[in-house]
Amino acid sequence: MTERLFEGADWDFHTLQRITDACETVAMKDLGLDVYPNQIEVITAEQMLDAYSSVGMPLFYKHWSFGKQFAYHEASYRKGLMGLAYEIVINSSPCISYLMEENTATMQTLVIAHAAFGHNHFFKNNYLFKQWTDADGILDYLDFAKNYVMQCEERYGRIEVERTLDAAHALMSHGIDRYPGKKKLDLREEEKRAGRRRQHEEEVFNDLWRTVPKGASKTRSAISLERRRKLLGLPQENLLYFLEKSAPRLAPWQRELLRIVRHIAQYFYPQSQTKVMNEGTATYVHYRIMTQLHQQGRISDGNFLEFLGSHTNVVFQPEFDDPRFSGFNPYALGFAMMQDIERIVTSPSDEDREWFPDIAGKNDVMGVLRDVWANYRDESFIAQFLSPKLMRQLRMFHLHDDPEERAGIRVDAIHDERGFRRVRRELARQHDVGYIDANIEVVDVDLSGDRRLILHHHVIKGAQLNETDTKRVLQHLADLWTYDVSLIEVDANDKVLREYVVSPRPITAAA
Amino acid sequence: MHIIDRRLNPGGKSLENRQRFLRRAKSLVQGAVKKTSQERDIKDVLEGGEVTIPLDGMHEPRFRREGGTRDMVLPGNKKFIEGDYLQRSGQGSAKNSGPGEGDGEDAFRFVLSRDEFVDLFLDDLELPDLAKRKVAQTESEGIQRAGYTTSGSPANISVSRTVRRALARRIALKRPSKEEIEELEAAIAACTDDDERVVLLAQLEKLKAKTKRIPFIDPLDIRYRRFETVPKPVAQAVMFCLMDVSGSMSEHMKDLAKRFYMLLYVFLKRRYKHVDIVFIRHTDRAEEVDEQTFFYGPASGGTLVSSALQAMHEIVRERFNPSDWNIYAAQASDGDNSYSDGELTGLLLTDKILPVCQFFAYLEVGESGGSAFDLSDSSLWTLYERLRNGGAPLSMRKVSERSEIFPVFHDLFQRRDTAQEKAAP
Repeated sequence: MTERLFEGADWDFHTLQRITDACETVAMKDLGLDVYPNQIEVITAEQMLDAYSSVGMPLFYKHWSFGKQFAYHEASYRKGLMGLAYEIVINSSPCISYLMEENTATMQTLVIAHAAFGHNHFFKNNYLFKQWTDADGILDYLDFAKNYVMQCEERYGRIEVERTLDAAHALMSHGIDRYPGKKKLDLREEEKRAGRRRQHEEEVFNDLWRTVPKGASKTRSAISLERRRKLLGLPQENLLYFLEKSAPRLAPWQRELLRIVRHIAQYFYPQSQTKVMNEGTATYVHYRIMTQLHQQGRISDGNFLEFLGSHTNVVFQPEFDDPRFSGFNPYALGFAMMQDIERIVTSPSDEDREWFPDIAGKNDVMGVLRDVWANYRDESFIAQFLSPKLMRQLRMFHLHDDPEERAGIRVDAIHDERGFRRVRRELARQHDVGYIDANIEVVDVDLSGDRRLILHHHVIKGAQLNETDTKRVLQHLADLWTYDVSLIEVDANDKVLREYVVSPRPITAAA
Repeated sequence: MHIIDRRLNPGGKSLENRQRFLRRAKSLVQGAVKKTSQERDIKDVLEGGEVTIPLDGMHEPRFRREGGTRDMVLPGNKKFIEGDYLQRSGQGSAKNSGPGEGDGEDAFRFVLSRDEFVDLFLDDLELPDLAKRKVAQTESEGIQRAGYTTSGSPANISVSRTVRRALARRIALKRPSKEEIEELEAAIAACTDDDERVVLLAQLEKLKAKTKRIPFIDPLDIRYRRFETVPKPVAQAVMFCLMDVSGSMSEHMKDLAKRFYMLLYVFLKRRYKHVDIVFIRHTDRAEEVDEQTFFYGPASGGTLVSSALQAMHEIVRERFNPSDWNIYAAQASDGDNSYSDGELTGLLLTDKILPVCQFFAYLEVGESGGSAFDLSDSSLWTLYERLRNGGAPLSMRKVSERSEIFPVFHDLFQRRDTAQEKAAP
């Protein structure tokens, strides 16, 4: 019998090292994971709260909204409304996992297995993260962002910077490229380029140019509508990108701030698309590692029971009529699907062979899973791998709520032969960010006229924008654009449902 | 593989952000603080605590979709089959749990530390005429002897202490004294025997060598006088609490007065290192009492306001030199005074009290919801009003409800425009 990793609940740094080594052996040898180098940091509850309020990142630029987050979390934590997460893990290389000092030795093992190997593998191998994030560069980039914002505050005043950042934050969810562009984001290179850009601007700055009279503008019809739209890259759904490139009166530093917010939004974009998969992967990995360690006798029965308690809490899925229900728990759904895939691969039923001919009975569990982890996001993952058995097991059903329908909410499909595919499709849709977020794009700018910016919101299923919020966001947008902005909500038949027009607020003295 | 202990890293990384948030939310928080403070006891209020601010002002807007037809997949079907209808109102749980349903963040609870709370509360308050005594704001440093040290400037050498140590060392190391040597020399001079003489000479040599080895004063002996600078609080204030405790003052009125005094105390505490409080209660005669007696001691009798002023005047003369102390007085009364006392009161105030006071506040307290209170001005009120119109630096307010104390206090100590309110020196 091998030696125990620890006894009881206490741990010290040697224990952590032993635990990590043991987890690593299982992760590499048995599961064949491929991870970034790990960095494990032990922090206090207060530091955990700190990390919460800067979206989990170890360093971030200063902004009041993070203070608001902190105050909010702290208040609910103090009142006991909220427990703290056991861990926070950062998609960077090295992959940083924060562990709370309050955790017991068992919990630390769980967390290391979960974060340092599960999440880490997912970050390194999933195609979305590969495509959109630069794990090597992110920390340096955040450091650059932090310093840049600080410099701007010194130069242009805190209020001015805050105003720009507020506006950028309001548009953050629409500052994302949803489809891969020409090349991968290289944040280090980006940072260098930002430096060069600034330097160039300073070098070529010549105050005289301001006084040179502007030539007569081109005739109004000179540029055709099509050409203009093409020049501006319209239609454009990345509002921040559009403003950064085309807003006429932004100062260079304001454009740089928009770029920073946009890059950060882009960095987090894959995470929002892979919640189920990411947590499912990490949970599956920690479950495998913990079970393995227990079988090897490196964790005592008591500690294993403690682990099972936590694990069960994490993957608990209340039913829809349970007061605790608040949608699907990504941990529960993800873990259940991973286990289901394992079952299909090792001991498939006839139904599974029919539904999943590619993987049923293939017997190479880890091979299949690694492939799944690398090549899917939540929406495609569910659309592809949610099995009839799991739908029956979770008793899934699909409701259709049409406000026009007097009779009430219709049960459209249930977990039966007729319903499987529909339930699965609907659940997959629910996890499609492209579908959840409002579809808004810049369609035109009236450059020769009053320079009004025209946006369209393509209304899907009658869901229009919340009025108060929309007006406020548009106000921010108009302030950056410095001319009128109009947002038109159109339905699938191009019928105009509603139009917002917002004028910019006058800019205060600083220009 | 790195394992790093970050627990000792400086915490409070969010402090800066929190401060930015507070700064931004200041007017909101300030409003909330005032509102909260009206509802709570003063003691609790000054403990800081939780305030609720509307999230609206701090809201960060996003484009959000709402309404329309909704589709959702839920777990836990027990009895439904395809084509069933669920009642909207009855089956609330199913309805409320759809994706994208707004989370109800309507108001924002915010915990303020005690200091933050008091700061915000007192933020736009200012002691009137603070500039009158500039000395009140500067703090002088006094110098105080603080024993001896082995290093220092030659000017500070303590001769007696040095010599004492030298002597002790000489004794301890058995340095031969002058007398010893003289005695030996005398013995040598008187000595006749050559052999003995050689021995004595050798002894003398030895003693002389020892004298050389052990100096009279060694650098080790030197001691310097040490001085320490101690902050000397010149910024000090005394607060006189004057209260009529005659039978007409009800518990409610005393409670109002107490609240006012407590606020004043907290306020002064913020500005001064050291605040003294003098409690003077009076009926037809005045006495200085402790706090307990002041607020809770039974007393009864007629009312002579001048007695309290006289007592205050005497105490100031005895203990609080106006050039060293900033003097504040707050008088609480229901406004009754003997008719005959009016003139004396006025004289005392204008001649003795007001010239030495930074601020004199008169608080007329009334019964809760008192209707008679509004009818006519009391004799004291009329008198003070006359004085004030004559240019005396008096502030006066009427209070009858607990919740009015804070606003009135605020009002009295509002930061003033220097132009206005500087009528009389």
